[in-house]
Amino acid sequence: MELTLWTYEGPPHVGAMRIATSMEGLHYVLHAPQGDTYADLLFTMIERRDRRPPVTYTTFQARDLGGDTAELVKRSVQAAVDRFQPEALLVGESCTAELIQDQPGSLANTMDLGGIPVVNLELPAYSKKENWGAAETFYQLVRTLLKNDMPEPGAPKPSPSRWREQGRRPRVNLLGPSLLGFRCRDDVLEVTRLLAEQGVDVAVVAPLGARPADLIRLPQADANVCLYPEVAGSVCSWLERQFGMPTIRTVPIGIGATLDFLLELGRVLDLDPELSERAAQQAEQRSRLPWYSRSIDSTYLTGKRVFIFGDATHAIAAARIASQELGFKVVGLGSYSREQAREVRAAAKDLGLEALISDDYLAVEKAMAAAAPELVLGTQMERHSAKRLGLPCAVISSPLHVQDVPARFSPQMGWEGANVMFDTWVHPLMMGLEEHLIGMFRHDFEFVEGHRSHLGEAPKPLATNSATVGSSAAATALLEAPTAPATSDISIGDSSIGDISIGDMGLADSAMAAVLSWTADGEAGLARIPFFVRGKVRRNTETYAKDQGITAITEEVLYDAKAHFSR
Amino acid sequence: MVQKMVESPGSGTALRDDLPPLLKQSGQREVFCGLTSIVWLHRRMPDAFFLVVGSRTCAHLVQSAAGVMIFAEPRFGTAILGERDLAGLADANAELDRLVNDLLERRPEIRTLFLVGSCPSEVIKLDLAKAAERINRRLAGQVMVVNYSGSGIETTFTQGEDQALTALVPLLPASDAPQLLLVGTLADMVEDRLIGLFQRLGIEVVRSLPPRRSTELPPVGRGTKVLLAQPFLSATARALQARGAELISAPYPLGVEGSRAWMAAAAAAFGIADAQVAALLDPLVERGRRAIAPHRQILRGRRLFLLPDSQLELSLARFLQRECGMELVEVGTPYLDRQLLGAEIELLPSGTQISEGQDVELQLERVRAAKPDLVLCGLGLANPLEAEGIATKWSIELVFSPIHGIDQAGDLAELFARPLQRRSLLHFGTEPAVNPAAASPVPMAAGAAEPFATANSLAMANPTAGAAR
Repeated sequence: MELTLWTYEGPPHVGAMRIATSMEGLHYVLHAPQGDTYADLLFTMIERRDRRPPVTYTTFQARDLGGDTAELVKRSVQAAVDRFQPEALLVGESCTAELIQDQPGSLANTMDLGGIPVVNLELPAYSKKENWGAAETFYQLVRTLLKNDMPEPGAPKPSPSRWREQGRRPRVNLLGPSLLGFRCRDDVLEVTRLLAEQGVDVAVVAPLGARPADLIRLPQADANVCLYPEVAGSVCSWLERQFGMPTIRTVPIGIGATLDFLLELGRVLDLDPELSERAAQQAEQRSRLPWYSRSIDSTYLTGKRVFIFGDATHAIAAARIASQELGFKVVGLGSYSREQAREVRAAAKDLGLEALISDDYLAVEKAMAAAAPELVLGTQMERHSAKRLGLPCAVISSPLHVQDVPARFSPQMGWEGANVMFDTWVHPLMMGLEEHLIGMFRHDFEFVEGHRSHLGEAPKPLATNSATVGSSAAATALLEAPTAPATSDISIGDSSIGDISIGDMGLADSAMAAVLSWTADGEAGLARIPFFVRGKVRRNTETYAKDQGITAITEEVLYDAKAHFSR
Repeated sequence: MVQKMVESPGSGTALRDDLPPLLKQSGQREVFCGLTSIVWLHRRMPDAFFLVVGSRTCAHLVQSAAGVMIFAEPRFGTAILGERDLAGLADANAELDRLVNDLLERRPEIRTLFLVGSCPSEVIKLDLAKAAERINRRLAGQVMVVNYSGSGIETTFTQGEDQALTALVPLLPASDAPQLLLVGTLADMVEDRLIGLFQRLGIEVVRSLPPRRSTELPPVGRGTKVLLAQPFLSATARALQARGAELISAPYPLGVEGSRAWMAAAAAAFGIADAQVAALLDPLVERGRRAIAPHRQILRGRRLFLLPDSQLELSLARFLQRECGMELVEVGTPYLDRQLLGAEIELLPSGTQISEGQDVELQLERVRAAKPDLVLCGLGLANPLEAEGIATKWSIELVFSPIHGIDQAGDLAELFARPLQRRSLLHFGTEPAVNPAAASPVPMAAGAAEPFATANSLAMANPTAGAAR
C-alpha cells in the first residue's frame, strides 16, 4: 500500500484509452464501474476533443456483482460493435474489474463479432501505470493486426534500402505520437517536414490519426521512427524482431539530437551521403537557437542552474539542450518513468548527477529546493512547485494541462522545436540586458526594491529563508514544508529519492539558522547585492560559514565567501 | 458494510397523474462516483483528511475532477493498493495502519480522518469499518477516524457526501434542545447569510452538518428539525430521523421560489407566523426576481435537456422552468428519491419527462433528436455536444458555486444564460453581426414575447451580476 497525494501517471487502462482515442475506427470496451467514466474528460477537456473517446464502459454496480457480470460484458461488447461498427476492438478491464476476474477479453473472443479483430488487453492495474498501458496496448494491437502477415521464420530481412531497387522514395513510419502526449500533434508535422527535406516519405503515423488498416501497412515502410519510446518502444522492438524493420531511435529534440536523428536516418536508409553532409553543415542555420544562444545577450545564461524533471524522453532531451546548447548547468535530473529509469540514470551520470527516479511530487519538490536552481524544466506539477519556491519554470513534459495543448504551432522536435524551446525556457528568466540595466539603475530613486520583472510576487527560494529574515506570510507557509518528516519515509517502494538527500536538508537548514547569525554590517553588505542574486549569495555565504565553523556573518565573511566560491 | 445503492421506493408507479411514466433505462452511466464529493468536503472541513483506500484510478479520478495541482499538500490522498495487498488481507490491514501512522505523524493538525472505501476495497471486502475502529482505539482522543464508502459500484457523485455525513451521524452528541439543523455543504458565505436570515426570523439556534470544524459536531435529538440544503442526502436524513430529528419537507433552496419555500417551511416548523416570514423575505424575493430578470430574457422559451449527474437536476429544472421560463425536454437524475424530491416533483409542469439512471448512448440519441437549446451535462460530454452545435452547461460547476438562497438566484440564472449569451457574441465571419438576436445560432422560440437583449444592455441592466463571486 502506498500513499499517493497526486500521481504523474494514471492507471494503465487510461494508457489504453490514449491509444483508442488517438486512432480512428477502433473501439475499446472497458469493464469498469461508473466512476471510471471520469477518464473521458481527460480527452474532452484537456485535449478539447470534439468527440467522446471511443470507449464503452460496462459500468457495473454492486448489485450486479451477485449476478452475471460476464453477461453484462458480452452485452456491452455486442452493443458497442453494433453501434460503432469498429474495424478492430480492444477489450479490457480497469482495476476493479480485474478483481472480479470476468476476463472480458476472453469472453469477447468467444463471441461472433463478424470477424473483426479483437485484442484482449491484460493490463495489471495494481502494478503498472499509464505509459506502460499505452505501450502494451499499442504493441498488442499491432501484433494482433499483423498476426496473419508474419514472415516465414528464417525469411530474409527486407533491406532498408530496397526503395532504391523499387524505384521509389524511401518511407518510414512515425510511431508513438498519441493524445495526452506532449506536443505530439505539432511534432508530427515538424518531423514530417524534416523527413521531406531528406526525400523521405511518411508511410504511417500511429497511433495518432491512424486506422487499424493503416497498422496493417506498417511493414511496407523501410524503417520505423520511434518518436516516443514510452509509447512505441515495444512495438518498434517487435517489428524489428519479427519483420526485420530497423528502428531509428534518436529522438530529434534539440539541435544536436535533430542532427543525430538525420544522420541515423541517412545511415539506416542508405540515403545519399551528401544529404547528411548538407544537414550537418546547415544545422546551425536551420534553427535560430544556435545564434540566439551565441548572441551577446545570452551571455547571462551561462551557468544558470537548471533542475529538470519529466517523462524520460523529454527530461533526457532537455538535459542535453540545457547543458550543451544553452550553456546552463544542470543541477538536477529526474523522471517519473520507471520503465526508462536506466536511460535517465545514464544521462544524469554523464552530467555528474544522480538521477531522481520518483513519482512522489513532494520528493521532487524537495529535491528541487535542495538543488537551488534558477530555472525549473518540468511537468505542470513542477510548475506549481517552482511557483511556491519563487522559481521560474517552463513545462517540458506530460502529464498535460489544457495549456499544454496550445492553439499555435508549438513543436518540441526538429528545428522549429528548438526555436520553441529557446523562447519558452529563456523568457521566464531575466534577460541579459534587463539584468544589466537593473544592476546599473538600482540606486536610482525610481527603482523599487524587490522588483522582480515578470516573475511576479513569488516568495524567495526556500533555502534562503533563514530565521534572520523578517518572514512574510508566504515565506512562513514555505517554511512549514521541511518541518514535516521526509517524504521518503511515507511513499513506500515506488519512490527512491536518489542521492539528493533532502530529508536531511530541512533539518540541516533549521539547525544552521539556529547557530548562524548575520551582523549588522553583514546584512548591510548583503543588501547592496542585487536582489536577484542575493538569495544565492546568502545561501553560499551561509554554507561557507558553516563549513568554516563561523557563527557570526560579517561583511568580511561575505567577501571571504565570495572569493571562495569564485575560484 | 456494503451500503445499498438508493432505490426509489415504489418505482414503476406514476409520479403524478399528469406526468409521463418515469423513464428508466439501464446501460452505460456517464457519471462520477462518490469519491468526487471529497473535492468539496475537504474544503468544508479544513481539519479533516480524506484517505481513499483504493487504486491508482481513484487517485487519478479525484485529482482530475479537482484539478488539484494548486495544492502544496492536499488534505486528501489515496492509499493505493498494490499486488502485495491483494495477496492477503491481514497484510493489507497492517499496511493501512502503518500508512495512517505515517500520515498522521506528518500532518499533526488533522483532527478527523475519513477512511473512504472505493470500488476495489469493497470488492476485496477490506473491512474499513473495522480498521477505523481499530485505529480509533489506538489514537483515542487524538484523531477521530470515520469510515464511509465513496465507491462507484455503490454511489454516484454527490452521494459521496450523503455517505460521509451518514457516517458522522452516530458521532453527534445527543441533545433534545430545539434547533434548526441545516444539512449539506453550503458555501461559507451563503451559509452565513442563510443563518443570519433564520435568526432574524426568530429561530435562535441554527447549526450545520457538516460543521466547519470536524470536531465541532452539532448535537441531535428530539428538538432537532432537519432542513436539507441539498437534495442528495437520503441516507443522512434517515439516520438523523432515527436519532429523533424531524425532517422538514420542502423544495430545495435553488432560485427565489425554492429558497423562499425552503425558509418558510423551516419557519412554519418553528411556529413563526406567515406575516413575519413575508415581512422579512418579500423584499428579498422582489430583489431576487429583479436579479433574474435579465437572464430570464435570454433563457425564456429556450429548451433545456438535463442529463443525470449531480442529483440537483430536478430542483434546477423547477427553477429554470418556473422562474426563467425555460421549456423542459427531459429531466434526468442519477436516482430518484421520491420522498426527498416530492416537493420538487409537485412543482414541475404537466407533461415533464423525468428519467432515472441512464443509457448514455440512447439518451444522447434523444438529445440529438430533440435539438435542445441547452444541455446540462458532465465534463466528458460537454465539448462533444458543443461540437455538434448544442450549447452546454457543466453540472460540476453547480456543486462548486454559491448558488443557494434567494440572494444567489440571479447568479444561478446567469450560469445558465452565459453559454447562450456567449454563443450570440461569437462571430467569425467577415460581416459584423448587425443584430445580435439574428446572429444567434439558436432561433427565438415561437411566440416569445420578450425580445432578446443585446449583450451590452444586459450588462447595464444587471451591473452587479457576479459581484458576489
